[in-house]
Amino acid sequence: MTQDLLPQVRLRHWGRWISGVLIVLVLLALSWGAAHGDISYRDIPYYLWSPIILKGLVGTIVLAVVAQGVAIVIGILIALMRISHNPVARVFAGAYTWLFRGLPVLLQILLWYNLALIYPRLTLGVPFTDLKVLDVETNAVMTTFVAAFLGLALNESAYMAEIVRAGLKSVDKGQIEAAQSIGETPAQRLRRIVLPQAMRVIIPPTGNDFINMLKGTAMASVIGYVELIRAANNISSFNLQVMETLIAAAIWYMVIVTVASVGQYYLERGFDRQDRRTGPASLRRRIALNLGRPPMVRSPQ
Amino acid sequence: MNDSGLVLDARKITKAYGDHVVLNEVSLQVSTGEVVCIIGPSGAGKSTFLRTLNHLEKPDSGEVWVDGEPMGFRLRDGKLYELSERKVSAQRAKTAMVFQHFNLFPHLTVLDNVMEGPVRVQRRPAATVRAEALEVLARVGLSEKARAYPGQLSGGQRQRVAIARAVAMKPLFLLFDEPTSALDPELVGEVLTVMSDLAAQGMTMLVVTHEIQFAREVADRVVFMADAGIVEQGPVEQVLVAPQEARTRQFLKRVLE
Repeated sequence: MTQDLLPQVRLRHWGRWISGVLIVLVLLALSWGAAHGDISYRDIPYYLWSPIILKGLVGTIVLAVVAQGVAIVIGILIALMRISHNPVARVFAGAYTWLFRGLPVLLQILLWYNLALIYPRLTLGVPFTDLKVLDVETNAVMTTFVAAFLGLALNESAYMAEIVRAGLKSVDKGQIEAAQSIGETPAQRLRRIVLPQAMRVIIPPTGNDFINMLKGTAMASVIGYVELIRAANNISSFNLQVMETLIAAAIWYMVIVTVASVGQYYLERGFDRQDRRTGPASLRRRIALNLGRPPMVRSPQ
Repeated sequence: MNDSGLVLDARKITKAYGDHVVLNEVSLQVSTGEVVCIIGPSGAGKSTFLRTLNHLEKPDSGEVWVDGEPMGFRLRDGKLYELSERKVSAQRAKTAMVFQHFNLFPHLTVLDNVMEGPVRVQRRPAATVRAEALEVLARVGLSEKARAYPGQLSGGQRQRVAIARAVAMKPLFLLFDEPTSALDPELVGEVLTVMSDLAAQGMTMLVVTHEIQFAREVADRVVFMADAGIVEQGPVEQVLVAPQEARTRQFLKRVLE
């Protein structure tokens, strides 16, 4: 015997239509305003590819990559000290994090840049002898790049230490015991078992931090290091096209941040391979899935 | 192998957490090829004792001699000098352990889990180890899962991989820490079968277990622990069938009912 089911009328989401239209109207109004400002948009493509801006772009990327890379290495070391059995190392790591996380990055950059005011020469010698391994003028070493690098990298290393520590703590104690039981040394356990698993916890916040780092390099402009903003200012100080050059810089920021985000996505997926069965689909597949899914699903008639 | 035939000699192992004494001068000797099952109520110190044998847990006092060598120490001029964790690791590589919660490495495939110790620790050539690992996986009935990740396996399969990982180390003896306690009842059998096979093949095994039936069938010797010490030990017929101590009778009565 077949049972006849009654037709069902699904809920209509009128509110979504109204709010959607409102948002589009506001965006149109804003675009109209932007289009009628006193700005020469046609010059922006020229600035995008001008050698000065491109030099600034390279400056931004190099500074961010080097600072983040060194910060990750220092961060791992500080995190290991933080969880070590040596109380001196633990206290040192805590104090390090407290100091370099506590001071504004801009202040740290300025302090490094002006180091020559208190130490005119940097000397590294063997104690109780006259032997000098290193003896240079501080200002010769402390270029704008080095000062900005130190300020950004040391600050970031304090954050990385906390991220790495959280990652290490997230690995089950049984993993370490299993590694012990097959005779792995402490170094092997860390390298082969703990770190690869901690990476899944470490990478997402590290990706966020790197994106912040890309933007944080803007602070190096204060001491004259040529990155995107400094490059934009260098141009506009001649021709007064302040907004045009800054927007060119803004576009480049968006491009590199987008590239970094996509890179982060694939990096996370790489470290999630043991969850392949349940893990996220590839970016392309996910976009395709979402495009294919209508915003309001009605039951078929 | 040393002359005595003893592969493991634990002497007066004592361990306390604060005021709570977990092990009170526990001694146990195991010969090559023996299968020893350790039973007893929870809190008796069974697992802790097992974990002192490969120094996952350092005893407060007492000695663990593995194949004539003091675990965690170096003998020189009649004194025992404590070894660094790195050196202790090398000693542990002669033993192997199977855990209650499997503790497989989730980021490695089944095959890589089994190969990790022989290749990374024992530094044996990867090609030889691979062949051996596949053979060991076949013995636990998981050849077709070599490329799977632990997350894709059932509990029973995971524990069989963990056993394969331990066996691949070619250890002097195998330590089992309640290997079936975390399994769903219907998965216990497949793990116990693999363990029985190992025992039949002459593997030296120490098994902390709640499976009295398994002990009855497989053990050469049963050790009953309670209150931080060994109450009674001997062959199955003695400890499980005709226990001498009231404490043992009491426990068996409660468990078997």
